[in-house]
Amino acid sequence: MTSPRPQRQRVILANRRGARVIRTRVEVQEQTRVGDALVRGLVRAQLGLALRLAAVAVCAVALIPLLLGLFPQVDDVQIAGIRLNWLILAALVYPVLYGVGKLYVRLAEQGERDFVRVVDGEP
Amino acid sequence: MTGAPLTAAALLAAALATVGIGFYGIRLSRTTSDFLVASRSIGPQWNAAAISGEYLSAASFLGVAGLIAKYGADALWYPVGFTAGYLGLLLFVAAPLRRSGAYTVPDFAEFRLGSARLRKVAMLVVVVICTFYLVPQYQGAGLALKTLLGLPVWVGPVAVGAIVVVNVVGGGMRSITFVQAFQYWLKLTAIAVPALALLALFLSDTTKLDGPLPPVIQHQTTVTVETDVVVQVAEPAGITVTGDVDGTRMDGAAFPAPGRYTLAHGSTLTLAAGSATPVVAGAPSSGDDWLASGRGLGGGHPLYQVISIIIATFLGTMGLPHVLVRFYTNPDGTAARRTALAVIALLSLFYLFPTLLGVFARQFVPQLLITGTADAAVLLLPSAAIGGGIGAVSSPVASLAPVLAALVAAGAIAAFLATSSGLLVSIAGALSTDVLRGRVRDFRVAAVVGGMVPIPLALLASSLELSRSVGLVFAVAASTLCPLLVLGIWWRGLTSVGAASGLVVGGLASGVATTLAVVGGVDDRMLGGWPAVVVGYPAAVTVPLAFLTMVVVSLLTSASRPPDVARIFARMHVPERLGMGVERLPRE
Repeated sequence: MTSPRPQRQRVILANRRGARVIRTRVEVQEQTRVGDALVRGLVRAQLGLALRLAAVAVCAVALIPLLLGLFPQVDDVQIAGIRLNWLILAALVYPVLYGVGKLYVRLAEQGERDFVRVVDGEP
Repeated sequence: MTGAPLTAAALLAAALATVGIGFYGIRLSRTTSDFLVASRSIGPQWNAAAISGEYLSAASFLGVAGLIAKYGADALWYPVGFTAGYLGLLLFVAAPLRRSGAYTVPDFAEFRLGSARLRKVAMLVVVVICTFYLVPQYQGAGLALKTLLGLPVWVGPVAVGAIVVVNVVGGGMRSITFVQAFQYWLKLTAIAVPALALLALFLSDTTKLDGPLPPVIQHQTTVTVETDVVVQVAEPAGITVTGDVDGTRMDGAAFPAPGRYTLAHGSTLTLAAGSATPVVAGAPSSGDDWLASGRGLGGGHPLYQVISIIIATFLGTMGLPHVLVRFYTNPDGTAARRTALAVIALLSLFYLFPTLLGVFARQFVPQLLITGTADAAVLLLPSAAIGGGIGAVSSPVASLAPVLAALVAAGAIAAFLATSSGLLVSIAGALSTDVLRGRVRDFRVAAVVGGMVPIPLALLASSLELSRSVGLVFAVAASTLCPLLVLGIWWRGLTSVGAASGLVVGGLASGVATTLAVVGGVDDRMLGGWPAVVVGYPAAVTVPLAFLTMVVVSLLTSASRPPDVARIFARMHVPERLGMGVERLPRE
């Protein structure tokens, strides 16, 4: 009885596509001037995105105490028997936070895909 | 029949399940990487559940409801901030932190700035934050076992400490991941079911929450004061007191007039049905004040308090070592981001229920507002509200009370266990790799030491409300590790001297404030109340101070920037596909 013969495998030195890709990748990996500029661009873009979305969240959330302080009469607005300030802080804030987070994840991943595409020199 | 045997059984079941699930993980744990970062193999779903399970501590499970019952609208900022912290973490920290390939926060500091000395400072900060955080968890466990089963206060800390040490020593990060994920769902069930059951009761109840009067006692109650307390009596009718009041002995007499009274420990108050509840001085007394925003949480300068709570909780999450270390267990930066997003969803779902319970507590068990032990509200609510006569009209509901009480108890014990085990893994990870030699055996030794030391601290330290004391820990985290991470990830100009100065300045400022607050606070009347409120809510001052120190000192020492900062930045920010990442591990 013989053991089953292992499947034949093709051995190649490198992917054809990979060979073409390597140059810009190496620029980033080796931190040449071009590579560094690419990374700086990525960091700036991601930071800008994070700061913009943080500003949106802070404006949406942290303005509430200021508004409630300036216009105490807002407290008396009621929707379905619940005061507006309670409705906002106990329920409505949470979907806003999640929405901002979800938008960030989508845009940040998009930014990274764009970066990889530039580095790999795809059209 | 009382619910005590059932409650005890539920507590035991939760504890056994914890050890049992932990044991499942122990079989999988072999290497140092398993113990420190679960070999970086945890997907977003599991990790998000584990992070939520770990994060929802006693402060969230018990404390939030207590604070809302006591202070009303402004206390809602705690759950909002606890959740929003993950948005900050997602935006500024999650993916680059994971891509750094570090295995603890001190390791990240060394990776970024190349200084072994800074690593030691960061290690110290991590251990201090985690220990500060463990103490209220242990105290909460003591309170819970005392409230539920009448056990002595020391039993809770010892029991929780022992279980947690066993799990962490046995399987480290890999083991507690399963435990914490399980505990999130246990806690959610344990708080959602009673909240929904009481919601039906609440909607059928006609008592109003607003109006000029404090909440009204619904059936005759006797309250024993266990520590001296100053109460605000709005309406003396129907209340009799036995014990020392303002230093004079009273024996079954009524308060002479509305006003503030100091009750010595050992006094008992008897409240007739329909009487207005006295509340702890400083808390809003009338229903209208309680419902309105901008009244603060006792003490002066309410707007400052709210802003400081927002800063501490929004930024503090980014500096909690036990949360950060969980992100190292994800396989890559993308998974880390998705984990943070899923955590926001899980926390949003959870926090609906403590808010409801806080409102119900004010309605159904207002006597808790007298003694200041509002933390016990969630534990006592099911039996008090359903068993105590209000729900007696419908007997099937009344028979549910012990079951609900047992469920809540199981959730509470899960809260203590999950958070404590996460904290302990962080302490053990930092100590074993930075003080000892980083072998599995060192991790275990560090876990035993780190789990035992807070027990005497928990018994000796006075206790604030759980959420308040945890809020202070958030302030320390926001003033130390948060600026280190945010500036380290996004600003090339940070130097190791700058980072260390910021850690020391922020840590000392917030640490001193926290210590003062725990040992009794500062006199309210000094300098218009500002020193008192800054000590009670330090973040709005100490966080900018820490950021400023790091930036200024880094600019002054800009010659000592690490030479390979470009490569480090590329590693943190470039997607894994380009193959720049290196996973760091302690040398064995």
